[in-house]
Amino acid sequence: MSTEAKSEVLARIRGALQDSPDAPQVRRAYRRTSGRPAAEIREMFEDRLVDYKATVHHENAATLPERIAELLGPSARYVIPEGLDRSWLPEDTIGRRVLVESRMEDAGTVLSVRDLNEVDAVVTSSTVSCAETGTIFLSGRPEEGRRAISLVPDHHICIVPAASIVELVPEALARVEPTAPITMISGPSATSDIELERVEGVHGPRRLDVILLT
Amino acid sequence: MSRTALGMPTIRPVHGHGNLHADVDFPTAAKEEMANIQMRANIRHATHTIRGKRARVVEELPDWQELRTAGSALKEQVMANLPELLEQFEKNFTARGGTVHWARDAAEANRIITELIEATGTTDVIKVKSMATAEIDLERHLAEHGITATETDLAELIVQLGHDRSSHILVPAIHKNRHEIRDIFLSEMPETDDSLTSEPRDLAEAARAHLREKFLSTSVAVSGANFGVTETGTLTVVESEGNGRMCLTLPDTLITVMGIEKLVPTFQDLEVYLQLLPRSSTGERMNPYTSMWTGVTPGDGPQDVHVVLLDNGRSAVLADPAGRSALHCIRCSACLNVCPVYEQAGGHAYGSTYPGPIGAILSPQMTGITAAENSSLPYASSLCGACYDVCPVKINIPEILVHLRDEDVRTRHGERPPTEQRPTEEASPGLAGRLFRRLPRVPSEMDVMMKGASTVMSSGRRMALAEKALPLGRALAGRDRAISWLPGMAGGWTDERDIPAPPRESFRNWWADHAAETEDRVRQDGGSRHVPAPDRADHTDEEDSP
Repeated sequence: MSTEAKSEVLARIRGALQDSPDAPQVRRAYRRTSGRPAAEIREMFEDRLVDYKATVHHENAATLPERIAELLGPSARYVIPEGLDRSWLPEDTIGRRVLVESRMEDAGTVLSVRDLNEVDAVVTSSTVSCAETGTIFLSGRPEEGRRAISLVPDHHICIVPAASIVELVPEALARVEPTAPITMISGPSATSDIELERVEGVHGPRRLDVILLT
Repeated sequence: MSRTALGMPTIRPVHGHGNLHADVDFPTAAKEEMANIQMRANIRHATHTIRGKRARVVEELPDWQELRTAGSALKEQVMANLPELLEQFEKNFTARGGTVHWARDAAEANRIITELIEATGTTDVIKVKSMATAEIDLERHLAEHGITATETDLAELIVQLGHDRSSHILVPAIHKNRHEIRDIFLSEMPETDDSLTSEPRDLAEAARAHLREKFLSTSVAVSGANFGVTETGTLTVVESEGNGRMCLTLPDTLITVMGIEKLVPTFQDLEVYLQLLPRSSTGERMNPYTSMWTGVTPGDGPQDVHVVLLDNGRSAVLADPAGRSALHCIRCSACLNVCPVYEQAGGHAYGSTYPGPIGAILSPQMTGITAAENSSLPYASSLCGACYDVCPVKINIPEILVHLRDEDVRTRHGERPPTEQRPTEEASPGLAGRLFRRLPRVPSEMDVMMKGASTVMSSGRRMALAEKALPLGRALAGRDRAISWLPGMAGGWTDERDIPAPPRESFRNWWADHAAETEDRVRQDGGSRHVPAPDRADHTDEEDSP
């Protein structure tokens, strides 16, 4: 590694800044806290998700397993991160089986990317969600798992606890750990690269089911 | 770049190299591109569609202007404190298990990346769409070293498979329609056959199938970065398709190329840019996927993580106080979509990786105004100001365009000889070479004309005399009262347009006869005011000031 390159780049920049420019103070006059009631925020979140062609479901702890069973269908192998609340899940059947994924080899199975490519779906929780942009944040917590498990399977069932929904981007970012591996998800994968016609589903999960858990 | 001397030892700006040059001057290139009717139709459709979407989602935010103001101020802070911020970023990224490399120019960045890839033993890498890697021409450099880099963004894949060039920052294949894309896929993807339709859904599906195995099996990825967070060492990539997530998550080794201007001071600052960027760029409230990573996370994603901090002319841009805000650019491409010149000429006419209004200021600043035909780029604008209005970080592009035109004119007309006449350091070293390089050029026709005009216009008497020649202009104009041919250099103007014939009488003379009327009217209205009458040509003028 060249320390010479570093010193030269820094010297060039210092040379370029000989006029010691005065930078203005940063005024954060934009909205940083929401004044809306929770019900309105939830409604906004749902509206944005539907706009992105995600499917939204409303469940409580009692109805959740049944909904997940329905979304998975009668025959599915699906993966969950080791920290996900098992009481949320339906019982395994002959056709439907859950794989519990651990990111540490000594604590359980670490699925290879090829294994992940063979599973039908993934169920995860989420850290926080932003209503104004319809964005769900995953940050690698035990109930969300490592990034690959919510990426490679073609169907992502994502559980959003109602209390984790905020209205604004600044409110959402303040609730994630900056140094964690973060994935912000706003609808299923999409492209508009061909004549700007939007197509949902390219490389990421083509199906995104969001369950709002109250 | 024009710089104020401050009595300190000056480090001369070092300009950038790579895909930053217009090899053909803009008017010539634009003329050629404009003959491509299909491309123009595609670009018109694309720019108008995104423009409309952008306007709708921007209108939705009551605090858009406050966000722009904060976004602009933050970038000014970054530029003012860049050396300290870069060192802090390096410290934090390194502390989390990543490795930081510094590249003075494109060649150095390419060499570093090639060595990193070679060290892993692989000859195949996957790539996330990145302006920086296009700028340094990484793909070609890797190919020369036997390394295949596969583009994974759909548009970039279309461009790569079509052996083509990108024409738009955001949607690089915007100049191709669905039928052209189908033809490219059929000839370049062995697994496709005639059953492939030209429906975008089918084409996207073909790309998914084509790249899936690559994602699962490739051990090295190369990416760019939209933002680097100084206080945490966090890197960020925004995208839509999930190809970015694949590249950033599945391989063992991740190499990121980031321009030194991409830093933001704190993680909190992302709250500004993650609102400004998607709405300005794709016209969405948020792009489908944003990934952030900080060095290495055990058990999650690549365990061998590098970032190459790239100068390549950015410090030269920074050296010009009147032009440095071009570095605030977050590559949203909103300025392309509203530009009447871009809409007609398309992205290829600009030559550089950076097209449109932002490219017209960024490319000549990064390379120096005398490089190749880049001095023609600041003229690729009507100065209508639409680009400034939509810029999410408030870069005053029209002002910088005018500044660069001024620099070009000064360069051309004596203050500095142009590149082609200037011996390079290598060609003629030593004192004689240095002296020659400083020699002004022989005055051009333009210089003589401007000097003449200045002499005439600076004196009321001479101006009045000159106006006596007006009837000559009327004689030059035909029956249609238009002059369509002028001699010499002035003919450059009449090549493209007609000049209306001059009026019978100059305004100065007309005013001399009619000024009294105003005074009369003022008197009738009960006011009292003296309106001085100008000198006529036959009056004597006081001696001119120098």
